[in-house]
Amino acid sequence: MLLAQQIINGLMLGSVYVMVAVAFTLTIGMLNFLNFTIPALFMVAAMITWAATAAGFHWLVGASLGMVVAIIASLIIERFTYRYMKAKYGDATEHALPLVSSLGFLIIFEHVVIMIWGTDPMSFNSPFANAQFVIAGLIFAIPQLISLALSVALVFALSLLLKKTQLGRALRSIAEKPDTATLMGVDVGRIVPVVFMMTGFLCALAGILFTINYKNVSPYIGDHVATNAIAGMVIGGLGNIWGAIAGGLIIGMVEVLSIHFWGAEIIKVPVWGLMLLILVFRPTGLFGHTRIGKGKF
Amino acid sequence: MSAYLTGLIVILCLNIIIAYSVFLPAAAGQLNLGAAGFMIIGAYMDAYLNSADDGLGLPMLLSVPAAALFTALIGFLVSFPILRTRGIYMILATFAFAEIVAGIVLNLEVVGGASGFPVSSHAELEDLLPVTIGVILFGFYLISTRFGLAMRSIHDDESVAILFGVNTRLIQVGAFTIGAFLGGLAGALYGHQFDYIEVQNWGILFSIFVLLYVLIGGTQTPWGPLIGALFFTFVPEMLRTFGEATGWELIGELRFAVFGAIIVGMMVLRPEGIMTRTFLELLFRKVPRRSPQNPPNNMEGV
Repeated sequence: MLLAQQIINGLMLGSVYVMVAVAFTLTIGMLNFLNFTIPALFMVAAMITWAATAAGFHWLVGASLGMVVAIIASLIIERFTYRYMKAKYGDATEHALPLVSSLGFLIIFEHVVIMIWGTDPMSFNSPFANAQFVIAGLIFAIPQLISLALSVALVFALSLLLKKTQLGRALRSIAEKPDTATLMGVDVGRIVPVVFMMTGFLCALAGILFTINYKNVSPYIGDHVATNAIAGMVIGGLGNIWGAIAGGLIIGMVEVLSIHFWGAEIIKVPVWGLMLLILVFRPTGLFGHTRIGKGKF
Repeated sequence: MSAYLTGLIVILCLNIIIAYSVFLPAAAGQLNLGAAGFMIIGAYMDAYLNSADDGLGLPMLLSVPAAALFTALIGFLVSFPILRTRGIYMILATFAFAEIVAGIVLNLEVVGGASGFPVSSHAELEDLLPVTIGVILFGFYLISTRFGLAMRSIHDDESVAILFGVNTRLIQVGAFTIGAFLGGLAGALYGHQFDYIEVQNWGILFSIFVLLYVLIGGTQTPWGPLIGALFFTFVPEMLRTFGEATGWELIGELRFAVFGAIIVGMMVLRPEGIMTRTFLELLFRKVPRRSPQNPPNNMEGV
């Protein structure tokens, strides 16, 4: 019974990882850019939600404010990372340049937040603290269920968007090759910010749900969630959004179950060992196809 | 010399050594986000060998090289699976390696687990300085050799390097292993400076910062890691002093944010790093400045 409860908890935790992993996989798949500002966006949205609620506003006000700030921040990030980073020399370390700028942004955001609110973890008074129901002795927290359903629904909508719409076709052509996309009449400079807006939206939503579900925030929450989401993304296959769902849920399960069986100290070894094994022996991930990464990575 | 300055120089020396450790693979086109992993291995191996109570009680002069060699061995062994990956995949694989090392050491009761491990012998700045200078000279020497030339050719274009008969696998494994050696050395020296080691000192942010030193300094020349480490050690301190001196405390408090802004600005304005080959040539006037009236003569200086 305890194990079944742990599996449920793992799925719920995984649903937060899923959204962040989808954000990572979008920028990698579309732009070949490992966006390290994702933990910062996640954290900023969570902190703003907490701060507005602590200041006496309705939590929805805080959540919307956090979301707007994260999306605007993501657009600013786009201006200074991807947009300037056109290959000039083609040497081996050049693909890391947007990564370096995004790390710069990560440092900026974390320290601005630390300056405003300090480094201490804060507890969030969840409006749904006792919203849960019990089936056969298993506890289901309603906000967690909602976030699981929301993340699956969002990814479903996203994959429809990519498959069926004009915008999705433009995005996929950019993923294939930006230069060819430009020749085919895709306005790359206008489409790329859309990817960043989606990133900001997904991270902010994940951050807000995380705050509501786990009831505490700190300037460092983004790091742990984002690194686990990266592991989930790699396991599912870089650039594959359905893979990101599976990978995020797998990582959530692995984390909760290894804590259950071996304790909290060991947690890094199974998560990162799994990721390293996948990277070395099956770099396309569990659900990726062989075309991913071909000639791009 | 004030204690503050001594402390700063100790950190600078360690930063320089770890920067060269990441620079060598980077100079051969391999980005390593796992500096923390090698430093943890070096620090714990050294502390264990050096400790009289729990370990073997070797003197510092033996334990430090032994720990660095052990790290090099680990680096050699992991380089084969890790070098199967490239680009973003390699960044992620080295990062995963560092996290796994941290996770394993955290559970090794023989070296104290999560509560850390005390280091028996203490080393002074006077012991650290010659090692650091040696590492810098070694970095410059290595890049000037044929091995270094091969590394640079892989960095610039791997396919062409293969076409010219460079054994890229050998060079990359070599660069990665030497990098691991220096990482282990930095870790061992860290332990002897601060007398206490904890895995928590070497998290993801540490590895990120070291990779930033190298990329901001520039991966084209051996000046890169030196300048990067100087920049990263002194700029935040200078910003703090500046904030205190001018009374704009905001700058002091926000020094890391200002610093992040400098990184973003650098990548926009000078993405190849502070020090590049062309800049070096310009500084030391190896070639005349190129202009349309004076087209470059490639035979000059050969």
